Amino acid sequence: MSSTIQPLEFNGNWELSPSLESTDHLSLKNQYGLFINGNFVKPLSKKFFPTINPSNESTIAMIAEAEEKDVNLAVKSARVAYDGHWSKMPNKERAKYIYRIARMIQEKSKELSVIETLDGGKPIRESRDIDIPLAAAHFFYYAGWADKLKYAFPIANPKPVGVAGQIIPWNFPLMMAAWKIAPALATGNTLVLKPAESTSLTALKLAEIIQEADLPPGVVNIITGPGTTGNLMVNHRKIDKIAFTGSTAVGKSIMKNIAGSNKKSTMELGGKAANIVFEDAPLDQAVEGVINGIYFNQGHVCCAGSRLFIQESIYDLFIRKLKDRMQSLILGNPLDKNTDIGAINSHNQLRSINKYIDIGKKEGAEIFQLNCEIPSKGYWCAPTLFTNVSQSHAIAREEIFGPVLAVQTFRTTNEVINKANNTPYGLSAGVWTDKGSKVFNLTSKLNAGVVWANTYNKFDPTSPFGGYKESGHGREGGLHGLEAYLNLS
Amino acid sequence: MSERIKVLKTYKIFIDGKFPRTESGRYYQLKSKDIPYANVCLSSKKDLRNAVVAARKAFLPWAEKTAYNRSQILYRIAEMLESRKTQFIDELTIQGFSKKDASKELDQSIDRIIYFAGWADKINQVFGAVNPVASSHYNFTLFEPMGVIGVLSSDESPLLGLVSSIIPVIVSGNSCVVIASEKYPLSSISFAEVISNSDVPSGVINILTGTKKELASPISSHMDINALGLFSQKIDKQIFINATENLKRISSFNDIQIYSDDFDSPYIIKKFMESKTTWHPVEVDFTKTNNY
Repeated sequence: MSSTIQPLEFNGNWELSPSLESTDHLSLKNQYGLFINGNFVKPLSKKFFPTINPSNESTIAMIAEAEEKDVNLAVKSARVAYDGHWSKMPNKERAKYIYRIARMIQEKSKELSVIETLDGGKPIRESRDIDIPLAAAHFFYYAGWADKLKYAFPIANPKPVGVAGQIIPWNFPLMMAAWKIAPALATGNTLVLKPAESTSLTALKLAEIIQEADLPPGVVNIITGPGTTGNLMVNHRKIDKIAFTGSTAVGKSIMKNIAGSNKKSTMELGGKAANIVFEDAPLDQAVEGVINGIYFNQGHVCCAGSRLFIQESIYDLFIRKLKDRMQSLILGNPLDKNTDIGAINSHNQLRSINKYIDIGKKEGAEIFQLNCEIPSKGYWCAPTLFTNVSQSHAIAREEIFGPVLAVQTFRTTNEVINKANNTPYGLSAGVWTDKGSKVFNLTSKLNAGVVWANTYNKFDPTSPFGGYKESGHGREGGLHGLEAYLNLS
Repeated sequence: MSERIKVLKTYKIFIDGKFPRTESGRYYQLKSKDIPYANVCLSSKKDLRNAVVAARKAFLPWAEKTAYNRSQILYRIAEMLESRKTQFIDELTIQGFSKKDASKELDQSIDRIIYFAGWADKINQVFGAVNPVASSHYNFTLFEPMGVIGVLSSDESPLLGLVSSIIPVIVSGNSCVVIASEKYPLSSISFAEVISNSDVPSGVINILTGTKKELASPISSHMDINALGLFSQKIDKQIFINATENLKRISSFNDIQIYSDDFDSPYIIKKFMESKTTWHPVEVDFTKTNNY
């Protein structure tokens, strides 16, 4: 069959003129303090670190590093705000504050998208169409819940937890901040949030919005710094709840730290999602879905469809289509509106991805990469696909968090269910088939918190997200996401 | 020294996003201490029919908008109303309200719009269900809007009554034809101006002024109206009888309910929704799978 399929020749037809997003409308400072008790303050540590544009390695701004005294101040301000007024404010008034934040994010969406792309390296198309609108939508959705909690948890007398400590990753900086802050505020908690070290800027812009929205001081505190800052939050006695999104390894170490304490927790950790394509699937749509599943945001996605399972009967055809589609991806300046694949978020991450690519080759898998020019400066990784992969290969078992897809095959439904579930992770999965009955069979058998059928990487504020097994516990989003910030009786 | 002569406002009705005069050309007069202060359209049966046509046309596109979008549009109404508070307070005082009561009526109305706006994307999360049927089927129940709702607005509450009879009805995707308070019609037409500036698609909300005596009967017997929201008091029994012709669903509310905080409830929205249950087969595999 494969011998009759001719490779597509694009003859350079995919080349587009550059279409760069402008940056002259940004209002950025050279140096950012910590957002504590409603004000930007200099860190008591007196330390600052640079935040880098990963697409050209230039420094965008200096960011404060919070140490123990700074963390204490932030937690204290959250505690005072909680006890003083926020937990006692009428629900509908709390809602109005959250609506304000949603509206201001919408008003400033252009600026926020460009900063997100500069600081994190993701394509402007993604920050413009996905990250920022979803962040606003999240605030809008949870604002509405603030005065409706008794309907979400009837007779359970929902009460806020208190002060939440929230630690978020660098892959969707503002969106993750929204996922954490919006439900915490709607349920009447105050909080201290720490963005990832390499992507603090949009969280600090959000702090400016929160200031502008006139949110009472101390309700939201945003402090910056490396993992050690996060560790101080995790171990802080006056924090009632830790909400963490990040790697499974760090998640486990946080759980060790708070084990036996009364701290509540939600953990959104890693994944190694199976994306399963059956022979009766709409193949072209499935190709799009597989591409989006793994190469969206350079594969820096905890729910990325990093394990592809193709039914044997369509293997050759599907791989050919997949490779053709890969060749049409545009890697380059993240600010260019035509760019599909932006920069890898940091030098460390690039090293880690490259290590896995080497392991993949050494373990005998066959590599295929997008044939493209790699910019001379910045951190880049061409979209990569491995065939001849088996279940035991490291690239099929471990989370790479980069644009690397491991392809395997299957014959029967049972076989693919077993293979898909044979992982310590359980965040998400994808199923491609034209048969609805097969979809529902698969969704009932796959051990994952989210299952996408004939689509992938879809997110919505109303839809709960979170994992089984070592992908973490608790859900964010939807009605279920409220529960993580409430004590129910 | 000559005094500047005030420009008086013509109050018209609101159909399909436009402000026509009643086709009948008739009016009734509002007076304060025997001095007339407004001439208000006395809408006819024909105006009502036009409004129902507009509402029917607007229904599906409105219902098919995402719940998030509907939610934002309703929130926008609250934003617009907040920015025009003074106008409404003045209008209410002309109609005999104290400044304090008028101001309270505004605050309650705006907050109520925001409350219900938030339900657009939540109502099905609270009331929808996946039903564990005993066969190999995926079975779920969702709530959908009913269609065109005929509303007889509160007679005594000029703005809060109006808002309470419109927002819970349209938040789920219904369109409506509203007969405004006969005694206090001015706020309803000013509210129509707010709506027409709030991204609400034309025809989703239609507001007629006139007498319930004349319009209640045709609205209850109109065959293209799916349900009635009766927020007005003293409804004639004949209205309920008329409604049975096409089995209109009827929900009634009184002014005490409208002024109570308990009115802020999703059950009001649900009264104007139908439930729909879908069955879908789940592939049965008789061989064993290892689930963990």
